[in-house]
This record gives sequence, structure tokens and C-alpha cells, in this order.
Amino acid sequence: MRARHIRSFIGTALTAFCASLGAVALLLIFAYVLLQGFRALNPAFVTQLPVPVGESGGGVANGIVGSAITVALAIVIAMPIGLLSGLFLALFGRGWFPSVVRFLSDVLSGIPSIAIGLFAYILFVAPFRHFSALSASFAFAMLMLPVILRTSEDAVRSVPREIREGALALGMSEYATTMRIVVPAARSAIITGLLLSIARVTGETAPLIFTAFGTPFWELNPSNPMAQLPLQIFTYAISAYQSWHQQAWAGALLLICAVFVLNVFARLVLSPMAKR
Amino acid sequence: MDQPAQRRRRYAAVAATDRAFLFAVYAAVGLFVLLVALLFASLVHGSWPSLREFGARFLWTSQWNPVTNQFGALPLIFGTLVSSLIAIVLAGIVGVLAAAFLAEFAPGWLARPLSFIIELLAAVPSVVFGLWGLFVLAPAVRSSIGPFLQKTLGFLPIFAGPIYGVGLFTAGLVLALMILPTVTAISREVIAAIARDQREASMALGATKWETVASVVLPAARVGIFGAIVLGLGRALGETIATTMVIGNRPEIAASLFAPSYTLASLIANEFTEANGRIYVSALLELGLLLFLVSFVVNGFARLMLYTVLRRG
Repeated sequence: MRARHIRSFIGTALTAFCASLGAVALLLIFAYVLLQGFRALNPAFVTQLPVPVGESGGGVANGIVGSAITVALAIVIAMPIGLLSGLFLALFGRGWFPSVVRFLSDVLSGIPSIAIGLFAYILFVAPFRHFSALSASFAFAMLMLPVILRTSEDAVRSVPREIREGALALGMSEYATTMRIVVPAARSAIITGLLLSIARVTGETAPLIFTAFGTPFWELNPSNPMAQLPLQIFTYAISAYQSWHQQAWAGALLLICAVFVLNVFARLVLSPMAKR
Repeated sequence: MDQPAQRRRRYAAVAATDRAFLFAVYAAVGLFVLLVALLFASLVHGSWPSLREFGARFLWTSQWNPVTNQFGALPLIFGTLVSSLIAIVLAGIVGVLAAAFLAEFAPGWLARPLSFIIELLAAVPSVVFGLWGLFVLAPAVRSSIGPFLQKTLGFLPIFAGPIYGVGLFTAGLVLALMILPTVTAISREVIAAIARDQREASMALGATKWETVASVVLPAARVGIFGAIVLGLGRALGETIATTMVIGNRPEIAASLFAPSYTLASLIANEFTEANGRIYVSALLELGLLLFLVSFVVNGFARLMLYTVLRRG
């Protein structure tokens, strides 16, 4: 009897230990990034262009702006397709075709981002022999689609049937019922999904290598190669220069903070609002 | 009241808007399916020259030489599989036990914030994992973790040989951290979905909470847990940037886990922009196709298993 209880206690403690491992890992990584990044972070880092190796100072302002533009364009591409497809699944979700769409969406969310990047390259870079931020936005949009699609479906589904049927019974058109009644009622959950999808791509680096490509200069035209923060961090990190390593940490700090803010806002602020 | 003619016009307008709306909905879904199909088709099309040139030889020859246009992906497949295997063994054990704690033992005030923190780990960008792996974990492997393993388990060939810091082992550790949240979150969901009466029956027979979890709940959840681990495997196989930064990038097959290696995704990331020549580009695209097919099968398999236990989909 005693032995069984001791064994049970040890087993339980082991599971607690394992659960704390993940949390400890996150805290360790975050603390280290914070410590290292803070040392190299200064106003110049977020307002100036990169400088050549050997010169001190410089920043990643073009990468920050470039990433923002690329992600913004990705939202413009992914949001309409994702939301409308989600509506389709929520409204006409029975039968084999919707099941296939759901399956494809779930599987697509597990396809490596580098393969998606190659797809964007084949479609938008190879034919024009020209790297562009737009092709990166397309790759990002492909990565965002499954998240937007499934979260919008769940969001619209969670709106009570009676609300929808009431609007239809009052003579509202299908379009007006969906867009003016159902979607607004599901708004918080839909925006939660959108923010999570933005967080998903903000830190993506792999597909950028052969789509946006990067540039040390200011570039605001999305049909040209454009600087990207994650790409700059990657390049600086694998370089051989101490000063660049410092900049990589500072960039990582910016990136990790952006992604955390998006996640915390989506999960702790918006998501509880959606459930109410 | 509207006149009949006016009313007819209004109905017609409503019907037209509805038709346009429905058309937009169907068009969006159609476009989505088309994009996924196009993703596959374009990778096949792009790798066609390499598929024709090398055939199945591509998969089991080990020479990757752009100068002589000889392309064999075996070392890359080896590196991808072994690093992912290390990751799922570590993350599988830790993740499932962590999920058991979160779903069964932890009180709500502890389980919720802890689950949130573990999910935040999934949000850490892979380039940040890579940076941390390169400058913190790799030196630790070289100076302490590696020598310790070598001293205790060095008689095994997998722990023999020089320790560079970067290599399969370090890549496996970083990947384990990256897929831990996936395995934990989904296993937790699966465990929580196990019927209450199973637990109660076991407790009523006098089993302790731990015995119930270990011998009733976890076995009942095994299909879903397996699905969660396979999903983690899918993520590890395709991870690119973090692996590229810590695996050493050398296309060789070595027995030691401390040896540098290379993965499919890392090689694409490193060589694609510099590739010239039709066959070279095509061979790199074939690596991408391989990665796509493998992750499609792995993820599809995992999802189908999870659908049956979670009844979603």
C-alpha cells in the first residue's frame, strides 16, 4: 500500500517536472534574448539603415518597415479568401467536399514553410526573374490561410442558429444576414484568428530567402526585393562578426516582443471576449 | 406599401446580391483548393528535369555535387530523419507527461497559465530558436552536455567522436523544444476528451490518481497521443531556419550524433539563391517536393487519427 502511494507521488511529480520544463525553456530563451538584445538596442537600431561591416551603429529600420509591408499585403490576400472559405464551411459544412477542404486546410498548416516559399518562387519569382516582396506576401498568405479558415469557421459556427434564422425570417437576404448579423457577432473570434495568423508569419524566415531576398537599402515598392527583419537576424547571426551578432540579438528581441504581444492580445484579451 | 413592380425589382436586386455573395463564397473555396493543388503541381513541374535525370537514384545515392551535377539526397534524408527522431523521442516523453499533468493533476489556477506559457513557446520565431541554439545551446553541448554524455554513454557509437557543438544532437534538442508545445497541447486535448466514467471506474476500484492516469487514461488516449506526436514529427521534418543554424550543414552520414549533418530543408535554404543551371535548381526543387510529400503524408495521417478521437473535421 505504502509503496503504491510513493510510486504514485513520484509519478505525479515527474509529470509536474515535465510540464515545468517547457515553461522553464521559454523563460530561459526569453531572458537570454532580453539580456543580450537590450545591450544592442538603441534609437538608431530602429531608425537607421544597416551599415557595412566594420562601421559601428546602424539599424534595421528598412527591415522593420519591409516586414510590416509584406505582412500587411499578406493579410490583404489571405483575409478575403480565408474568411469566405470559412463561411462556406460554417454554412454549407456537410458532405464530402467540405470535409476535403477541412482536411486540406489542416494538412496545409503542417506543410513546411520552405516548400511554400518554393511555390511562391515558381509562381512569382522565376517567371519574372526578379525577387519581390509581393511573392513573399503570397507565401505568407498561404501560411495564414489555414489558420484564418478554420478559426473563422469555428467563430461563425459558434453564433447561435436562432440569430441567423431570425434574421432570415425577418426577410433579410442571405448576404445581409451573413455579413451584417452573423459575421459581426463572431467578430472577436475572427479577429483572434487573424492576429494568430499574423503572429504565425511574422517570425517566418525560410520562405523569405528566395522571395523577398532582402536589400541593405530602403525599398518600399513591393514588386522589388525588400529588406525583412527575420532575414536580417538570420544573416547577422550566421556571420562571423561580433557587432553583427549583437544586432541579431537586438532584432530577435524586437521580433519576439512583436509575436508575444500579438499572442497575448489575441489569447488573453480578444479570445475571452469572443467566448462571452 | 411598395407597388408590385417596385417590389419585384427589390426582390430581384436582393436575389442578385445573394447570388453574387454565394458566388464569392464558392469562388474563395475553389481558389483555396486550386492553390493547394497548384502547390503540388508546380513542385512536380519544377523538379521534372531532376526526376527524369536521376529517377529513384536521387533518394539513395550520397553525392551532392553541384560542380559535376551529381545529386543524391541520402545524407540529407538521413540528417532530416535522425534530427527529427531525436526531437520526437524527447518531446514525446516530456510532452505527453506534461499534458497528463496539465489535464489531470494540475489545479485550474496552475494549469491555465502553464498551458499558456507552453503555447507561447510555440510562438517563438524559429530564427530566435536558431540564434539561441547557436550561441547558447551549442557551446553548452560542446563544453558540458556532450562531454558528460560521452563519459557516461561513450561506449555507444552514437555518442563517440569529436564534439563540435553544432550537429545532429544539438539540432534534435532545438527541434524538441520547438515541437514540445504541439505535442503537449494536442495530447492535453486528447486526454481531456477521455470519458469521465473510465476514470471513475478505475478510482472506484481503488487505484490512485496516478495509477488511473498511467494505466487507464493514457492507454485510452493512445491513438490521439500518437497523432499528436506524429504531428510534432511533421513539424520537425520541415523546420528550416533553426536547424540550418545549429546542425553544421555538412552532407555526410556519420554514426555519431555529435557529428555535423544536413537536412533537406536546410540545404534548400542555403543553396537555392546561389543555384545556377537547370538541373541544379530542379534538384533543389525535388528536395522541396520530397519535403512536401513527406509532410503531406505525415500530417494527413496524424490529422485523420486526431479526427477520430476529437470528432472535429
